[in-house]
Amino acid sequence: MSFRRLQRQTLIYMAAIVVASWVLLPIVLIALASFTPQQEIYQWPKSIIPSHFSLETMKFFLNSYGVLPSLLNSVLVALMTLGITLIVAAPAGYAVARFTFRGRNVYRMGILMTRMFPTALLAIPLAVTFIKWGLYDTLIGVAFLHVAMAMPFAVLIITGIFVSVPKDLEEAAMTLGCSRVGAFTRVALPLALPGLAAAAMFTFVISWNEVFAATILTVQHRTLPAQIMSTLQASPLYFRFAGGFFMVLPTLIFMFLIRRYLFQMWGGATAER
Amino acid sequence: MTNTRINRLLGTDTLLPYWLLVPSLVYLLIFFLLPLVNSIGLAFRGDDGAFTVRYFLQMVHDVQFASALKYTFFLVAIIVPLQLVTALFIALLVNTGFKGSRFFLYICTIPLGISDLAAGLIWLSIFAQHGYLNSALYGLGIIDKPIYFISYQNISFVFWAIVIAEHWRATAIVLVNLVAGLQMISKDYLEAAEVLGARPLQKLRYVILPLLKPAIQSALIIRTILALQMFAVAVAIGGNLVPVLAGQSYFWYSLYRSYHMAAAYAVLLMVLSIIITWFYMWFFRPKAEMVGK
Amino acid sequence: MAAEIRLQNVRKEFGKVVAVKDMDLTVRETEFLVLLGPSGCGKTTTLRCIAGLERVNGGRIFIGERDVTESSPAQRGIAMVFQSYAVFPHMTVAQNIGFGLRMKHVPKNEIQTAVEEVAKLLQIEELLTRYPAQLSGGQRQRVAVARAIVMRPDVLLMDEPLSNLDALLRLQMRAELKRLHQEIGTTTVYVTHDQIEALSLGDRIAVMHGGEIVQLDSPNQVYDRPATKFVGGFIGTPPMNFLTATVSDEGDGDVILVIGEFKIAVPEDWKKPLGRLVGQVVDLGIRAENIEVHLEPEDGSLPAKVLVSEHLGSQQLLTVQVGKDILKVAANPDLPIKPGQTISLTILKNKIRIFDEKTGKSLLFND
Repeated sequence: MSFRRLQRQTLIYMAAIVVASWVLLPIVLIALASFTPQQEIYQWPKSIIPSHFSLETMKFFLNSYGVLPSLLNSVLVALMTLGITLIVAAPAGYAVARFTFRGRNVYRMGILMTRMFPTALLAIPLAVTFIKWGLYDTLIGVAFLHVAMAMPFAVLIITGIFVSVPKDLEEAAMTLGCSRVGAFTRVALPLALPGLAAAAMFTFVISWNEVFAATILTVQHRTLPAQIMSTLQASPLYFRFAGGFFMVLPTLIFMFLIRRYLFQMWGGATAER
Repeated sequence: MTNTRINRLLGTDTLLPYWLLVPSLVYLLIFFLLPLVNSIGLAFRGDDGAFTVRYFLQMVHDVQFASALKYTFFLVAIIVPLQLVTALFIALLVNTGFKGSRFFLYICTIPLGISDLAAGLIWLSIFAQHGYLNSALYGLGIIDKPIYFISYQNISFVFWAIVIAEHWRATAIVLVNLVAGLQMISKDYLEAAEVLGARPLQKLRYVILPLLKPAIQSALIIRTILALQMFAVAVAIGGNLVPVLAGQSYFWYSLYRSYHMAAAYAVLLMVLSIIITWFYMWFFRPKAEMVGK
Repeated sequence: MAAEIRLQNVRKEFGKVVAVKDMDLTVRETEFLVLLGPSGCGKTTTLRCIAGLERVNGGRIFIGERDVTESSPAQRGIAMVFQSYAVFPHMTVAQNIGFGLRMKHVPKNEIQTAVEEVAKLLQIEELLTRYPAQLSGGQRQRVAVARAIVMRPDVLLMDEPLSNLDALLRLQMRAELKRLHQEIGTTTVYVTHDQIEALSLGDRIAVMHGGEIVQLDSPNQVYDRPATKFVGGFIGTPPMNFLTATVSDEGDGDVILVIGEFKIAVPEDWKKPLGRLVGQVVDLGIRAENIEVHLEPEDGSLPAKVLVSEHLGSQQLLTVQVGKDILKVAANPDLPIKPGQTISLTILKNKIRIFDEKTGKSLLFND
């Protein structure tokens, strides 16, 4: 019996290692590619590990026309998206978490279903509308669409967060003299802060990564994905590799920070036995 | 004093939740409902404002339409089941709760945070003529000249490259759904089955999979709909070698400057998404008695 | 269809916590043994060790003649009823009950006969085509029991099967389970924290505390002659009262117990053994129903101040203060007693139980 258990455990670990390598290898490769000197990228035969690690590919990328501004734009758009999403989604999340009201389930389902519609369906008419409203090719315009895309997830996460803050605590505060708003700001909000931070980071990632709408809605003020997308065919290989790497980098960091909340979002944390 | 005024404004507990929902509803009205209606309008109405189907006709007769439809269909039909099986395998692996499974799960969900464009570029770095696949093959002594994987002579290879890249990128989406679903299956059911003599494969077939149906359903719906919209990965790897519907929408907008055509493609995608969702809901519908009616 | 269970030196640890401490236990063939104790005492862990759902860290487990310590649950000839019932929601009642037989590849028609037989036994024949979501909690519980019994196990294990039912249903199912056991006679190990269930159902009760069996006896013995203060305090509603007393020699071999200024007489045949403990401080245990209540002081009675009086219908439950101690006393419901009143109590000397003040172990009744 013990031997069979050992066999089973070994198989499990082996499978896990294979899968993990499958996931991590491409990321490692793109990182390697970004640290490879430009000449070597076109060399043949090319070794997987560059002869020396160099920053010139990345420097080239960052110095290319429009890249640095687009990086900045991406950050700005993501921050704007984050801010607006939180303002709009937080009260909704609180409402769904705390109250049972008619239409609650319809609202929850409905808001999730907005994600079922293709981005193109929203982005294209918005391009037309934005021209009319003077929002075309503006960062805030892109942010507006990103908010619409991120909101369902934000509401979902924030609902989960407030559900985990027991209603009793706020009610206790109210019996001790707080108003409803006071109870919220003094009791619920501080306890919800870490989760809200996670929702914020998730929203940031969604906005940072978004390609289609950003490309369609901007011309001069492109975000990073839009910039790369629009110059894709014309750009040299190492440019594309470095671009991919820069898109991946911040999300890797954020994903690490919010990993706990990913599972709260879909329900329940994993348990190790 | 302000407190009571605010309280009166916000009304009782019955009205407060609705007030709290207002920002999100107004927002979605402007930035979701309106564009949605406009899209349909753009697709079905010419610049003169009259109702017309000519854009759809033009779309259907477009030289790239058939290929785009074909490739989109095949991509979705191959990737989604593949991902389902892979994700199920990983989810069951994680569910054994081995030491480090939490960290392992985190690793597997990293692709969730990677944009589809970035994913495409990552796999481009592997499949390109100057990519790592060639380097590896050379290092193993299998070839001495680089293979032009991505070229119009090798369209089927490009197709499979896209499949692999999408599979790598998006399995995480299915995975999180399945893992959450597995968590919700009470350990008691599995122990009861074990005591009654079920072996691992029997447990999987008779207990786990049936109870996982809701999670599988929602994962399939989300994933299929997102797969229909796939575009950046295909473009990053193969440019226009493998046209897809969403890509056509993009090109009609940016290259050929026709909002109407772009909208027509978008509406087509929406219709396909709705059909697929209905299909999944029908296919996975639980018997009424099973949920206590 | 009924086998003896033997636990030899069984030990189960969870990290640093020892849940079951080197336990020796023999459950006789066809016996209904109850594992009783507060939460955390290790009773469920013990049950799961017998089931094979937990691997033991030490010791051996025998079912019948076989050593099953290394065997999987399916190989042990056991069947189990879970606290949550674990009735598969996606299968009909019939499919649930027949599941174990299906796993054994029993032919379909045999499964059907067996399922119908057992369903009749548990009076759920009409529910066979229903799904668990359409059943009440009590019905689901019967399905869980049926699913276990149909396997004709050597050993039946039950983990608090009644705890999720409301009080009335619990009463009914208790009688049902007792009847079932009388009819089928499988060796049963039953876990509960409810001492009334234990007293009602068990042939023997194993009272557990801190991972060990503190007393293994018939319900009568456990109730009447608890082995430790813990058992006395855990069993019985209300729990046994404890008073601090000193063993004193009045001269002439007359040994009594002294509480404060008051003298408590003991039965004649105790006087000699108690004589060895003169001067020692002990805990005197006496149950609420074994204290007589008088409105006027009597010879040898203790004065007590009434703090609370609860009218429970069949009796008056008084909370009284005697010196420094607080006692619960059961009195006739018709006696006119009010809080603040002083009454007199006579302790029935045959029902006195004496416990060591430090270890809590029972003195005088070591047989």
